[in-house]
Amino acid sequence: MTTMSPHSTDETMKPLSFWESATRWTMSVDHKKLGLMYIAAGLVFFLIGGVEAALMRLQLARANAGIIDPETFNQLFTMHGTTMVFLVGMPVLLGFGNYLLPLMVGARDMAFPRLNAFGFWLFIFGGMLLYFSYVGSEGLYGAPGAPDVGWFAYAPLTSRTYSRGNSTDYWILGILISGIGSMTTAINFIATAICMRCPGMTLMRMPMISWMMLVVAALVLVAVPVLTAAQVMLLFDRSFGAHFFDPQTEGSAILWQHLFWFFGHPEVYILVLPAFGFVSEILPVFSRKPIFGYGLMVAATVGIGFIALGVWAHHMFVVGMGPTLDSFFAASTFLISVPTGIKIFNWIATMWGGRLRFHTPMLFVTGFIAMFVLGGLTGIMLATVPVDWQLSDSYFVVGHFHYVLFGGTVFGIFAAIFYWFPKATGKMLDDHLGKWSFWLLFIGFTLTFMPMHISGVLGMPRRIYTYEADRGFEIWNLISTIGVPIQMAGVALFLWNVVKSLRNGKPAGDDPWDGWTLEWATSSPPPEWNFDRIPTCTSARPLWDKKHPEDPDAHYE
Amino acid sequence: MTSLPVSTSSAMPASAAPLRAAYSRAKVGMASLIFMESAFFGTFLVTYLYYIGKSPDGPQPLDCLELGPVTVNSVCLFASSATVVFAVKALARGAVAAFRTWLLITILLGLEFIVGTGLEWNTLINEKGLTIASNAFGTNYYSLVGFHAFHVIIGLLILIGILVLSLTGCIDPRRDHARIDVATWYWHFVDAVWIFVFALVYFIGRVPQDFVGHIPVGGGL
Amino acid sequence: MRKLQRPMVIATLLLVTCVSLMGALQPIALASSLIVDSDAGASKLVDAVQSGSSPKPNLEICAAPPTSGAGVTSIFEPNSPPAREIRDLSYLVLGICLAIFIVVQGFLVLAIVRGVKAARTAKDNPTTTSSEPQQVYGSVPIEIAWTVIPVIVVFVLAMVTIRTIRDIDATTPPEGALAVTVIGHQWWWEYRYTVDSGSALAEQTTLVVTANELHVPVGRPVSLRLESADVIHSFWVPRLAGKTDLIPGHTNHLWFNAEQAGLYLGQCAEYCGTQHAHMLLRVYADEPAAFDAWLTAQAAPAVEDPLVARGRAIFSEYACLNCHTIAGTSAGMFGPNLTHLASRDTIGSGTVALTRASLRQWIDDPDVIKPSCNMPSLKLSADELDAITDYLMTLK
Ligand code: HEA
Ligand code: HEA
Ligand code: HEC
Ligand code: CUA
Ligand SMILES: [Cu+2]
Repeated sequence: MTTMSPHSTDETMKPLSFWESATRWTMSVDHKKLGLMYIAAGLVFFLIGGVEAALMRLQLARANAGIIDPETFNQLFTMHGTTMVFLVGMPVLLGFGNYLLPLMVGARDMAFPRLNAFGFWLFIFGGMLLYFSYVGSEGLYGAPGAPDVGWFAYAPLTSRTYSRGNSTDYWILGILISGIGSMTTAINFIATAICMRCPGMTLMRMPMISWMMLVVAALVLVAVPVLTAAQVMLLFDRSFGAHFFDPQTEGSAILWQHLFWFFGHPEVYILVLPAFGFVSEILPVFSRKPIFGYGLMVAATVGIGFIALGVWAHHMFVVGMGPTLDSFFAASTFLISVPTGIKIFNWIATMWGGRLRFHTPMLFVTGFIAMFVLGGLTGIMLATVPVDWQLSDSYFVVGHFHYVLFGGTVFGIFAAIFYWFPKATGKMLDDHLGKWSFWLLFIGFTLTFMPMHISGVLGMPRRIYTYEADRGFEIWNLISTIGVPIQMAGVALFLWNVVKSLRNGKPAGDDPWDGWTLEWATSSPPPEWNFDRIPTCTSARPLWDKKHPEDPDAHYE
Repeated sequence: MTSLPVSTSSAMPASAAPLRAAYSRAKVGMASLIFMESAFFGTFLVTYLYYIGKSPDGPQPLDCLELGPVTVNSVCLFASSATVVFAVKALARGAVAAFRTWLLITILLGLEFIVGTGLEWNTLINEKGLTIASNAFGTNYYSLVGFHAFHVIIGLLILIGILVLSLTGCIDPRRDHARIDVATWYWHFVDAVWIFVFALVYFIGRVPQDFVGHIPVGGGL
Repeated sequence: MRKLQRPMVIATLLLVTCVSLMGALQPIALASSLIVDSDAGASKLVDAVQSGSSPKPNLEICAAPPTSGAGVTSIFEPNSPPAREIRDLSYLVLGICLAIFIVVQGFLVLAIVRGVKAARTAKDNPTTTSSEPQQVYGSVPIEIAWTVIPVIVVFVLAMVTIRTIRDIDATTPPEGALAVTVIGHQWWWEYRYTVDSGSALAEQTTLVVTANELHVPVGRPVSLRLESADVIHSFWVPRLAGKTDLIPGHTNHLWFNAEQAGLYLGQCAEYCGTQHAHMLLRVYADEPAAFDAWLTAQAAPAVEDPLVARGRAIFSEYACLNCHTIAGTSAGMFGPNLTHLASRDTIGSGTVALTRASLRQWIDDPDVIKPSCNMPSLKLSADELDAITDYLMTLK
């Protein structure tokens, strides 16, 4: 982190000592530094989560393999899922929000800079607490071990009876604390987007990404407290003998599922909406056209936000809710494909008739659209209740959510990194290496996750540490595993690209992509106060208006 | 260093200026916080609702909960919502002494609520034998009421903080009255939550056991 | 910019290839279910070595569970009405999704090809075109079109889904169904065959209690009552029906009707702890006569062979009886019912084939076969092991 040119252009020439720059970063309340720290910490967790995944794939490459024992495997998928969702997806996306939101709405900082720093450090401590379970917790049979209850920690497997020791308590507390961090960040996003916009920037002139962040923040504020409350209940059950989820005393195991998924489903949209935002910013710039149907895009975003709150039980079709509830939740789930489809179509329409420049960010964005549609459509198959009775908790689901989470969120994150890296550091990332990263990741990703649909259809349940040899799973699992080193190469190449570019990358200049939003109107990296003079905004593409005074967007609003 | 796009005056639309004045960060931030807290309490409320009548053994709500003391507490809490409004109004007028008095009354009313709740819990635990581990009723009762009381305490700390600041002369009525107004939103929120908690725990939750058995709730659960 | 052309073209081509590959993979998924190697399992050995302190098992004794060539668990090979209805619905949604996929990706690819070409043309004639393409901000009719069309698709999907839910309606089993209560345990299955007196309120009489291998008659509906003794499990035999969870404190129902004799495999599908992976399901669909014979045999008291009296004595002397039921000898409920253990094909919930050697290994130390399962090793001497194994092997 400290290598990322911590000081803005006006600073003294003298390089900072390590200690000085370290304190500069840790004591900072600057939204840009916090944003970068979020992203960097998230990427570190991504490597950890990725290594956990690679170990699982190693074990699953062959039928009846004995590389990893069952307890360890169960910890691996729990930690992998928890890490990827709470310590990679959330912080990286919130980090981008932190970095970009004030810049893009033309503000000097977030609404509450100190609260912002507080949220970041809560996230860091939550993550460290979760990982401390590897050494600090007394797991099964008294041996230290990470939580092994799965990322959604179904009751009553999490009760004292079935989860002895305190590894589950680490899971509860780690996520609870980082969740409080996310909520403070969300409050900040809302206040920033509503109160800190520069003169002239009406709500309907906000960059698409600000809309996405606003809706994400609202979802965080509705959904995360529900998880927090449920986790508090679980903590009471485990620590004080309360009976929230204890079936022995009329407690309901299904109540946990309702509470968890009331959080969990909005959570997956929290994980994808910011990536939609990246696409909506990057795609127009590389197509040289404005986003198609801005108004409808905004409406679709808000629509997704609302519908996302009413579909949670599609994760529970197999608990026996009865035909009425099943039908209701199937219908509401299908409905969400309408606003999502609008986005997909509007993006394609944005490309249509444009002049496409295929730099790395654009490659990732195109890959995003292609892969997300596939993941979305397998989601539709799962929402078809009877089909879900077969496919739920099978590898088909694992395939579905990696398509949306990796092909969606992670591709979006890579696109964003390649796109905004020049702004944050003043250096370009190497485009050639970037393209290699993309194709390695794309091929590795397809090899890993496409066969999972097939093994799911063939009857392979998820979360099994080994499987029988004669079910026809083996070949598909082998292919899945082969994809992982290819993905690793892609990630490693990317890391190398970052290191190389930070050392001697091409200078970026203020506006390397010929962009249209306000962050390109300041220097790269921006000074601590972002803008020397607060800009004013005349349309959704303020820089377009500036660059094309003869035909500004304002005429078409 | 920065050149783009500080467009000159004419481009600035008229709508810009009032927009910035209309919302204050503090208000939006506090509203968001309250929104978030509502989701948190909503979860406990819904859970409470779900578990009504689902405690086959152990102390029952009808036997444990008495309306007397809690009504006194509630009246104090609701009254404190009014007194805090008077305090803010006084501050807006610049009447600092009145502000301090009303604030002090608010704090005392809040303290009464906390002490009252403590006494009630004492009775419940030591005389009725209801603990968080007794049954689903105990679990839900202590969690919901306890979290509410916890928030009342946070609210009290905020109010006490304001009083201390005011006594040390750090509060300038003209400069700070809007901020203090926003801070008291939290107190109103805590009161508003109590309306729901009170209604749920002491009225809806006190219906006889065998009556609840006939309500077809929680079909999917 | 010129330098970018080649990569752009290659990128487009690769994207097209990959996209069509993805499209092609869906049918392969279907096809692959037909080419599953059917008796690969019979000869293969289970490699139950786990890292950690467990001793190395004697590989020869731990043969993989016999599947008589029925290793298939594909949802596309149904053999029971609910599974078949789901298969048909799956084809329908798969078709719809595939069509949407092809259309959307088609437009995407077309947009890419056109956009790349436009960029190239603009570069080649910098004078004739302005520096930016025509700016299009949106189009109300088009946007309405792609809001309304998905709404229609969604409506169709919702209708077929709701209809199929009603058709299968898991809560109302067909007339004359065989009633079996399934109780999930960490990590094995308990089956109780009951006589349903017809009215829902009447007590059910339990005829037979067995474990891990469910026998059902061919061609007669079977109605399962799903319960759990500890955590949540899920009953999933893909060729017979979709899965349904077994939840403590909440009873679920599931029905199927096996149309062909044979063995149907499946496994627990809800993560339930350490050995979730070895909570395998085996459903034997027998011809009605064979089924009746089987049920009668299971209802009979345990065989008392005087030759193995010593084994029986040891069984009752040690803790075995606390956990296992052998009718007439013990009544433990924590572990599987062993009254007719030797009539089963497998032990450890389908983990390994039941042979004298594997059984002996199991009693000696179950962790070798099923690490961390809930049965302890009682550290019996070799002599006692032999006696108890011989005894259990007589429990036909
Ligand atoms: C980024 C995260 C993300 C996103 C965006 C989605 C999006 C969707 N998901 Fe997914 N989902 C997950 C992450 C995500 N999901 C995760 C992590 C799980 C598993 C959790 C766990 O169990 O561990 C899961 C599980 C999951 C299940 C439960 C499966 C089970 O466990 O049994 C279901 C079932 O309905 C489902 C459905 C959907 C649907 C319908 C969408 C829709 O939003 C998709 C909408 C998009 C499209 C449909 C494509 C584009 C649209 C068009 C081209 C328009 C035309 C299309 C039509 C008219 C159909 N998801
Ligand atoms: C954003 C979310 C996200 C992401 C990105 C991923 C990424 C990956 N996931 Fe993840 N996964 C989940 C979210 C995610 N997953 C969730 C929520 C679950 C459910 C958990 C549960 O059931 O509880 C899950 C479950 C899950 C399973 C199912 C486990 C089971 O049910 O038994 C599998 C199995 O293969 C898997 C595999 C992978 C793989 C191979 C990757 C790969 O894409 C990872 C690739 C990345 C790397 C490999 C990075 C490492 C790179 C290097 C190490 C290079 C190092 C070089 C230097 C340091 C110089 N995942
Ligand atoms: C603490 C309880 C306990 C004790 C004591 C115990 N068992 Fe078990 N046993 C179990 C459990 C639980 C299982 C199921 C394990 C699984 O499949 O995960 C089991 C499984 C078995 C099985 C396999 C049954 C099947 O159908 O898969 C056999 C055989 C068996 N036990 C025999 C014995 C014998 C013999 C003894 C005494 C020497 C014994 N058990 C002692 C709990 C116990
Ligand atoms: Cu039982 Cu998984
Ligand atoms: Cu969902």
